[in-house]
Amino acid sequence: MLPILRNAAAGVSGVDPAVVEAARGVGMTDRQRLWRVELPLAAPVIMAGVRTAAVWTIGAATLSTPVGQTSLGDHIFSGLQTEDWVAVLVGCAASAGLALVVDGLLALIETGVARGRRRRLWSGGAGLLIGLLAALAPLAGRALSQGQAAYVIGAKNFSEQYILAELMAGRLEAEGASVQRRVNLGSVIAYRALASGEIDAYVDYSGTLWANILNRQDNPGRQAVLEGLRTELKARDGVVLLNALGFENAYALAMRRERAEQLGIKTLADLAAKAPQLTMGGDLEFFSRPEWKSVESAYGLKFKTKRQFQPTFMYRALAGREADVISAFSSDGRIAADDLVLLADPKGALPPYDAVILVSPKRADDRRLLDALGPLGGSIGVQAMQAANYAVDRDTDKKSPTEAARMLRR
Amino acid sequence: MSAIILDQVSKSYDGRIVLRETSLEIAKGRFVALVGGSGAGKTTLLKLMNGLSTPSSGRVLIEGADIAQRPGAQLRRGIGYVFQEIGLFPHMTVAQNIGITPTLLGWPPAEIAARVDALLDLVALPREVAGRAPSQLSGGQRQRVGVARALAARPSILLMDEPFGALDPVTRVALADDVRALHDQLGLTTVMVTHDVGEALLLADEVVVMADGWALAHASPRELLAGHPDPVVADLIAAPKAQAERLAELARG
Repeated sequence: MLPILRNAAAGVSGVDPAVVEAARGVGMTDRQRLWRVELPLAAPVIMAGVRTAAVWTIGAATLSTPVGQTSLGDHIFSGLQTEDWVAVLVGCAASAGLALVVDGLLALIETGVARGRRRRLWSGGAGLLIGLLAALAPLAGRALSQGQAAYVIGAKNFSEQYILAELMAGRLEAEGASVQRRVNLGSVIAYRALASGEIDAYVDYSGTLWANILNRQDNPGRQAVLEGLRTELKARDGVVLLNALGFENAYALAMRRERAEQLGIKTLADLAAKAPQLTMGGDLEFFSRPEWKSVESAYGLKFKTKRQFQPTFMYRALAGREADVISAFSSDGRIAADDLVLLADPKGALPPYDAVILVSPKRADDRRLLDALGPLGGSIGVQAMQAANYAVDRDTDKKSPTEAARMLRR
Repeated sequence: MSAIILDQVSKSYDGRIVLRETSLEIAKGRFVALVGGSGAGKTTLLKLMNGLSTPSSGRVLIEGADIAQRPGAQLRRGIGYVFQEIGLFPHMTVAQNIGITPTLLGWPPAEIAARVDALLDLVALPREVAGRAPSQLSGGQRQRVGVARALAARPSILLMDEPFGALDPVTRVALADDVRALHDQLGLTTVMVTHDVGEALLLADEVVVMADGWALAHASPRELLAGHPDPVVADLIAAPKAQAERLAELARG
């Protein structure tokens, strides 16, 4: 809206004052002057604002992916995550192409109006209308097909989540169910979407739910956390904690082995002593999470600098010595591959992070879903998950999340 | 009855006085020129007559009625106005420009079209310019369109602000003569602002001489040429007079 309003104001105030006075002189009222003289003369500037806004909006629309809306950003975000540059390029090129086409159609309307060419005006308008209908078609389709209700499997925005979503989707599809995937959801958004029934199942981690959803700061131990979540999530939101998959994806601070040995750091307590000379790299949400606050205060960590990275770039930063310590995930295949050490947590400041399948309230009694996903409980060890993650994350011989999910199924 | 009466009007912008208290009566059917240097207050005085500008004090009466009692837009539809910078609407054709005031008054389209044709004849423009954009015309043709637009709704009063200022001398004289002829033919009351004293003396029935916001003199060209007690007025008149005499001498050889 801002470019449109600004350009409209600039356009109207930019009309030649001699022409404005002439409009008064021939006997126009203020309103007639606006409609008959000022707006027509400002039209090219106003249209420039509309075109800027249209292109800008198409660009910004890719950012709707992290809040759970399907957009061209889906390709860009998952591509960045799994370093699938073709997907990133496809997303960017499609977005740019759409922007160019819409801009071109608006230009057609603009010249059509300016030169009084009906055909240009109508073809531009028809093009925009077709685009609009094409964009709305899936919505209408969804409304029509509500009866057969496909399952919706959600995933947050990293490789392990894509793989586990494919694993769950694959099992449902093997049962003959139709499945939609909603990937790249933000951490809190994923849970809300599940609680409200927008998605039917996804994988979350016990510590994340404990701290962020139940706002608990204590750490009563792995099993107690799982039991607490099972009862409290059910009671509060009706969400079913189906079962734990068998591995932990814990937040842990990681360093390169040789660097850690050189500094003599084995635990977070050792780290606190050296932290003022070191740079800490975190993923995009780490520093705002309660886990970080709890580690920070438990050990009195004060780093020289803190930097935020996309997870992929965070590991690169560690290798390239732009960061000395990073927030890693214990199931990440790059820990073994890059020869990293995870720092021990003697005070138990970080809660356990068992991967668990959550099911939405409206599917709580859906036998088909529960039977399909239930057997996954306890079936994935941390080594298997690390291997699957690394297959997607590594730079050469990359696998797609679907292929990696097949590795887990074996 | 007087067509225009300015009753002790003055005008100041942001505390700066541009027109000192002035009273002026213009009788029906007269051609009056307002002359003086730039900043003398001529254009301000003219704009008070159709409400484009509101006096800081005093009253303006048009055909006996105080214009403060009427909506400005309605008043201006009844008074022709020709602008210094012509001010044609660049996004409208010549015909739409000429027909704008009748359009605002709600005339039927056929009547407007006929009026446009008649006005093009009146200001000696070929009818085929009707469909063109103002930018496709010469400066002289544009100002003829400006005059036609001012006359479109058959006003009895025509106000002109430096109408020939931007034109070359030949076009200027031709258009000035045509405007004077139109004034006589249509029985108009015309007030014209100009800084060209010679033009004012040759065209007008009465000349108002202005300087620094004062109206210093209001007399016929013949009286002014005979001499005036105010030295500013005398100087202003003396220049074109001396030039004319030297030209006459030159012509005699």
